[in-house]
Amino acid sequence: MLESFQIIISLLDSTIRIATPLIFCAMAGIFSERSGIIDIGLEGKMLLSAFVAATATFLTGSPVFGLFAAILASCSASLIHGFACITNKGDQVISGLAINILASGLTITLGIALFSRGGQTPPLASEQRFMPIDFPFLDQLSFVPVFGELFVEVISGHNILVYLSVLAVFFTYYVIFKTRFGLRLRAVGEKPEAVDTAGISVIKMRYQSILIAGMLCGLAGAYLSIAHGAGFGREMSAGKGYIALAAMIFGKWNPIPTLFACLLFGFLEALGVRLEGVELIWIGEVPVQVMQALPYVLTVVLLAGFIGKARAPGAIGVPYSKEG
Amino acid sequence: MSDSNIIPKWLSVGVIPLMNLFLAFCVSGLFIFFIGENPFRAIFVMIKGAFYYPGAIGYTLYYTTNFIFTGLAVALAFHARLFNIGGEGQAYVGGLGVGLVCLIFDQHVVGFLVTILAILGSVIFGAIWGIIPGYLQAKRGSHIVITTIMFNFIAAALMVYLLVNVIIEPGQMSPETRDFASGVGLVQIHILAKYLGLEMAMSPLNLSFIVALTVSVGFWFLVWRTKFGYEVRSLGHSETAAIYAGIKVSSTIIIVMAISGGLAGLVAINELLGVHNKLLLGFTAGYGFTGIAVALMGRNHPVGIFLASLLFGALYQGGTELDFEFSSITREMVLLIQGLIILFSGALAYMLNPLVERIYIKYYGNYNNA
Repeated sequence: MLESFQIIISLLDSTIRIATPLIFCAMAGIFSERSGIIDIGLEGKMLLSAFVAATATFLTGSPVFGLFAAILASCSASLIHGFACITNKGDQVISGLAINILASGLTITLGIALFSRGGQTPPLASEQRFMPIDFPFLDQLSFVPVFGELFVEVISGHNILVYLSVLAVFFTYYVIFKTRFGLRLRAVGEKPEAVDTAGISVIKMRYQSILIAGMLCGLAGAYLSIAHGAGFGREMSAGKGYIALAAMIFGKWNPIPTLFACLLFGFLEALGVRLEGVELIWIGEVPVQVMQALPYVLTVVLLAGFIGKARAPGAIGVPYSKEG
Repeated sequence: MSDSNIIPKWLSVGVIPLMNLFLAFCVSGLFIFFIGENPFRAIFVMIKGAFYYPGAIGYTLYYTTNFIFTGLAVALAFHARLFNIGGEGQAYVGGLGVGLVCLIFDQHVVGFLVTILAILGSVIFGAIWGIIPGYLQAKRGSHIVITTIMFNFIAAALMVYLLVNVIIEPGQMSPETRDFASGVGLVQIHILAKYLGLEMAMSPLNLSFIVALTVSVGFWFLVWRTKFGYEVRSLGHSETAAIYAGIKVSSTIIIVMAISGGLAGLVAINELLGVHNKLLLGFTAGYGFTGIAVALMGRNHPVGIFLASLLFGALYQGGTELDFEFSSITREMVLLIQGLIILFSGALAYMLNPLVERIYIKYYGNYNNA
């Protein structure tokens, strides 16, 4: 009993660690897609900003500087996306794909040119990273059964970006549903003509949305390389941007359900790692690949309308032009 | 957006795509310059690596073969206004088709027949991986872009599982099947040349290249010379019009995705039957994604796709040469160039149109009024 409780605690702990970049990216996706811009490029923006975060931190020694550099890099990628598909009305999927491939090539090329370590950045010392924060009263609380353990192991002891990701969810919810900006943003994604008629610039709204998305992806990237990890490794985003995209669809473009989708997908991955080589009663050994594929399978099933209907914003993927 | 009708076709189909390509190369050159190397020397090294050394052309054409298959796969879907990002997964599962056919039959059936069956296997398995997203798009309205992305990942997980746990050669560590029996496979061109008394440098170029060229002609015929091709293109122009014209939209979508997946699946014959002679992990190496760049550059036409594939073949082969000649740039540079080509030839394809139109009108007046 005690042992299985320990297992659950450690599972939840890794769930949160795995889910953090997903949450940032999925919120980024919500901002972008709610304004009508498809964002396949989450993956690339995260990868690019992970590289820039590690590089800037290594060069300056300050993770805070690295974080801002990451956000800047990710926002530049957003601007390229915007220039291509808002200003030039290009295809949003193609543009996003270009950003992903570009980020993949750019990070390895620059990494090798700068550090000659096969695309990796030099490892960062612990004072150059965002380290776990221990909450106060840990010692006193650890005596409380169940809750105390939960608090000490699961809630406390993460780096600052983990807590920021939770804030990001509430930020996204608040901005999108409770502010005038959010109302306009949603309107731009559903019926841009109506927003235009009301005298609001569709172009400007969309650029603002993708810049917020850029910032959030920058946080995700920084989490990977200067908080959770200690340096950049090639292709370190490893498809997380796509899982975030899946989580966003799974959460039906709503922040709170999307948060739970991210946690679910994080949990599945943690469980997959945990179950490797373990014989389960009735089932036998569950291959780790089943757990890896499950988020994608679930998303396909959801999109096909077998468990509820995921409806994308009305004007998604359509460049806006006044002539109609 | 579509091609402009203010300027003549040779400008919009010929000159502007070349200008976009030129821009992509200029930006790539700038990157090389900022890294501290000479971009012109890099180009020189790549051209030499792609065409000059013995066997280089063979390697270039071997890569070209893959890109023709995936480029055609993406292009056919584009003609129906479907974006098939799933070429990578379809090619991977196509490899499963090849692998299964060879492993099951190669001990019992004559090699030639097994090879034919394996080619069919690659097409059928690739097609299945295309049909499912096609069906979900046609009947359930799930967006094909998202589904095909998801299917790439599902394919990757499936193949890792099968290769690690099921069809791995017993008693060995690396996740690959046993070698296919001798006599199974597509002959490499340099061996064929030897039979004919010609001396050719060794390269992985094999009969798949001939298959790719044949399929390209078939693609042209299918899209522009058959009723089905007409239906596909009508659907691509306007779904509403297609419905009014009595075209069965859902079955057209499903068939297009089946053929598209089958085309992508053919990558497996070049890689597995032509070169590796076994099924192994990750043999698709991003060719499916490059197919998107190829289709965009080639304007979804077989001739354009052949030329774009040749360019990417040369980039891939020439890129490997970068590793030897430079200390600070490597073959991953090609990925960067590829990204820039997708950006300029795809997402920014029409960026230059207004500029070119303005210049044209200034000197020649409106083309259509002339």
